[in-house]
Amino acid sequence: MTRRLVDIALLAGILAVVPLFVPNSYIFDVVIRIGLTAVAVIGLNILMGLAGQISIGHAAFVAGAAYTSAILTSIFDWPALASIPAAVVAMTALAFLLAVPMLRLNGHALTIATLGLGLILQIVLVNEVKWTGGPDGLTTTPLSFGSFAINTDLRSYALVSVVLVVTVVLSQNLERSAAGRALRALRDSEIAACAVGIDTYRLKVRAFVASAAFAALSGALTAHYSGFITPDMTGFLRNVELATMVVVGGRGSTVGAILGAALLTALPQLLGGLADYEMVVFGLILMGTMIILPDGIVPSLSAKWRGLTAKRGPGVKTSAAPGQETHESVWRLESGK
Amino acid sequence: MSTFLQYLFAGLTIGSIYALSALGFTIVYNARGLVNFVQGDFLMLGGMVTATLVPLGWPLPLAIGAAIATTIACAALLQCCAIAPAKQADPVSLIIITIGASIFIQGIAQNVMGRNQHIVPSFSGDAPLRILHASILPQSLWAMGGTVVLVAGVAWFFNGSLVGKAMRAMAINPMAAQLMGIKTKSMLLLAFCLSAFLGAVAGVLAAPITTTVYDIGLTLGLKGFVGATLGGLGSAFGAVAGGLLLGIMEAMIAGYVSPAYKDAVPFVLIILILLLIPQGLFGSRVKDRI
Repeated sequence: MTRRLVDIALLAGILAVVPLFVPNSYIFDVVIRIGLTAVAVIGLNILMGLAGQISIGHAAFVAGAAYTSAILTSIFDWPALASIPAAVVAMTALAFLLAVPMLRLNGHALTIATLGLGLILQIVLVNEVKWTGGPDGLTTTPLSFGSFAINTDLRSYALVSVVLVVTVVLSQNLERSAAGRALRALRDSEIAACAVGIDTYRLKVRAFVASAAFAALSGALTAHYSGFITPDMTGFLRNVELATMVVVGGRGSTVGAILGAALLTALPQLLGGLADYEMVVFGLILMGTMIILPDGIVPSLSAKWRGLTAKRGPGVKTSAAPGQETHESVWRLESGK
Repeated sequence: MSTFLQYLFAGLTIGSIYALSALGFTIVYNARGLVNFVQGDFLMLGGMVTATLVPLGWPLPLAIGAAIATTIACAALLQCCAIAPAKQADPVSLIIITIGASIFIQGIAQNVMGRNQHIVPSFSGDAPLRILHASILPQSLWAMGGTVVLVAGVAWFFNGSLVGKAMRAMAINPMAAQLMGIKTKSMLLLAFCLSAFLGAVAGVLAAPITTTVYDIGLTLGLKGFVGATLGGLGSAFGAVAGGLLLGIMEAMIAGYVSPAYKDAVPFVLIILILLLIPQGLFGSRVKDRI
């Protein structure tokens, strides 16, 4: 319990001192975007890291909420203070409606269905020009509490920091709750989880909806922070990027989720100086990280650290069998002959 | 009727390319349980290398040969330098490695061959042929014919040759295959090279119709993946059928319904089909056994 409070205080402390070390508003912008992205990645980590279900479509909820809030403010003249919660509620409800049929799917089928979701939304956003502005996107107004507008870097940063801390607290609470333990059981073995009486389908639906809610919150805030949104928010690359952040940081680790968001948001900016070789170096770093630290940065490094401090080799890693269906394949062969 | 035929030809042409892409996906998926995001870049390399060499004065067949060789070399490097060293990585981490490799290859391609659209000359002219009041480009016939030959070749390889049978054994049970003396490492390498070969040929066949660019692999690979899932991931026959079906549906929707939403249709359909038949059209019904 105290350990948790220390962790949260540490995070809040780090967030409080970061502005002192930010040299210019360009870097500040990157830092704020990292915070906004981290909210979505922590949410996605609930689904991918805790429940072990892979989605490469969560950028759809980010973009969906961004556009919902932008349309409510620009066309229906809602204040952003009302449109952001409305967008989050709308996307959470949509996620529930989608999750009910989709979470019946397993493995790659679920992954490709979520990918389809992200790309369908992008196509809708590009084509419904009347509402969304088409490929050119929409401009948005900054969020304001009465006459207090969140229109400076520092104010945006403060808001994002508060949201990030709340997100971390909520996600840690979930992780340590009975539901969190059930989710981890589901990730390690769905059959075993079923056998001990966990309603795995319901649990997966709830994890999906929770992760979509965080994604939506991140999206709605991003819309009003950046002042401008385009359908690329739910393009293939953005969808893959969100999932990549979870995996690179380390599935199941909240710190990893923040680190993954920071790394993959900042890296392209840092590599911008390389101009033509940006993609080459980015690809190499991505490959190298996953080859050297296959479980993601945080879990792999902490396992190595534990191995060092315990003065013996890292524990034996059980290989996740790629061919879960091999039994079935043999079965098929026998019955086929 | 003639418009229907016209759409059908268009669908079969692009469907053939999707089918080869899907088949490449399936071969690597069966060998390693890995969804290989580089598959689309194999198609890109096939088209782009050909398109770069032809203006330099290379004769077309030689340029195509060189493009295929380059792509296969790329696949072999990928397996040896990125997939093989990541022994501990689980399937999801492996997918991220292939995404990294895909970005890397695209980065190299745009530096070496430029960011602009490239054109490959048609293999035998651009004069359309007329079949039953519908016209068809000779290049479409090349694409369909090439796909038929390759699919027949792959079918023979997996059912008729010892190496192909060994590869199938490995897909069914890697450990048992290893105990029978099958060198799983070389089999994996071969699977990557074979999928690269299929991808490169598909890329070359498609390039005169679609033109080609360094990031075209994203679309072609994604459609290949959707085709493979549609047919049932893991089934080679399903991959070919799924790819063809996807191409035909796309062309029909673009023709009869709305060209703007053409690209959404495959994804709406894949979601619906997966919900109704989770194992895909021709996939085996997977049941968990403990």
